[in-house]
Amino acid sequence: MEEIEASGTGMPQLDITTFSNQIFWLVVTLVVLFYIMSRVALPRVAAVLADRRGTITSDIAAAEDYKLRAQEAEAAYNKALADARVEAQSIIDAAKAEMQEELDQQIAKANAEIAAKSSESERRIREIRDSAMEMVTQVSKDATGDIVEAFGVPAEASRIDEAVSARLKGGAA
Amino acid sequence: MEGDIAEMGKFIGVGLTAIGMGGAAMGVGNIAGNYLSGALRNPSAAPGQQAMLFVGIAFAEALGIFSFLVALLLMFAV
Amino acid sequence: MDQFEVKALFGGDVSWYTPTNVTLWMALTVVAASALMIFGARGRAIIPTRAQSAAEMTYGFVYKMVEDVAGHDAVRFFPHVFTVFMFVLFANLLGLIPFAFTTTSHIAVTAVLALTVFLSVTALGFILNGPKFLGLFWVSSAPLALRPALAVIELISYFARPVSHSIRLAGAMMAGHAVAKVFAGFASALGAAFFVPVLAVTALYALELLVAVIQAYVFTILTCVYLRDALHPSH
Repeated sequence: MEEIEASGTGMPQLDITTFSNQIFWLVVTLVVLFYIMSRVALPRVAAVLADRRGTITSDIAAAEDYKLRAQEAEAAYNKALADARVEAQSIIDAAKAEMQEELDQQIAKANAEIAAKSSESERRIREIRDSAMEMVTQVSKDATGDIVEAFGVPAEASRIDEAVSARLKGGAA
Repeated sequence: MEGDIAEMGKFIGVGLTAIGMGGAAMGVGNIAGNYLSGALRNPSAAPGQQAMLFVGIAFAEALGIFSFLVALLLMFAV
Repeated sequence: MDQFEVKALFGGDVSWYTPTNVTLWMALTVVAASALMIFGARGRAIIPTRAQSAAEMTYGFVYKMVEDVAGHDAVRFFPHVFTVFMFVLFANLLGLIPFAFTTTSHIAVTAVLALTVFLSVTALGFILNGPKFLGLFWVSSAPLALRPALAVIELISYFARPVSHSIRLAGAMMAGHAVAKVFAGFASALGAAFFVPVLAVTALYALELLVAVIQAYVFTILTCVYLRDALHPSH
């Protein structure tokens, strides 16, 4: 505090001889600063801020657009998927029906063949049985004729036939 | 001698102006405390009132600064 | 107190046009403010650099303050308010540099600033609202008998505005620097225990940084409050 006493002027703030100087330079400074700020600095910053706001809005709009398009694409994809599924189902059904039809045909054909074959076999079996019967009859008759002749009785073919037939029929019955 | 007594009175007066600081301290503390208690009751409204907080503190503080100014004037200008 | 003395830069007496340390530090204030707002924002990038976003934050901060406090139609005075804010802010901050001269610690400077605000706001109020501007002093919500007394009080407080507006800023700046000076004087007086006041000055310096910004903010927000009164005197 000594140096203040020494300077003797008290507070420099109350020294009115310097007021005019300070006021003059303050006014100059404020005018210069105002022109720099309002003409150069603030419009630039405002332009940058407006630019950014514009960019952000347009980016958001673009993002919105992309989102919409993505949703559309997803819907289309889902639709395609559903269509493909339906088509695949119809193809499967058609193939199944075709296969079934063919299978039925084959089965019917096979059944017919089997039936034909079995009837043929039956017919042959019957033939064989018939011929075997015929042969048995013939052999019986021949043997009977031989046996009757061996007894020394003249064999009458018609009677022997009758007798053997009657016997066989009775035996068969 | 007379000058010494005047000097003494000056210093006593300057010292007394320091009491003004206490008043400013009470005012600022009151504002800040009330702001805090209000902010704790309703935290969502607090940020909107921050400007008013600073304005109030500035007003209260200005009066403390006035007492400081009186001290300076007594000390150096009278 | 010699830190507050106005000295001619090149010697000689101080007359109104002499370049003094006031001139120097005010010029540095203009340079610093322009450096932030023009060179900081010169990239004009969509994604800002650090300096650019500091410039944009300052712009947005003051813009929002004008819009919120003074109202939407006060935005056309935004450059004026911004100039005041930048001047006070950078004068306060540059004053904190050691050996610097704090222009805003001088009552002559802050008084001219406050009077400029006061006179232009008052003129604006009369130009925009005519005689209705006087409604600011006629408190229509109060009982009729009280209104003349309130009008006197309002009138006194209205004319006290530039006084408190200027003395607050000058006083806060002067007080901070004077206290720092006193503590620094203790450091040389205490000898071996010098670190105690040095620590105190360090803490005080941090507080002064805060005060420098807050005083600029308060000066600007009060300007906005006065501007709102001029634009909407009925409130």
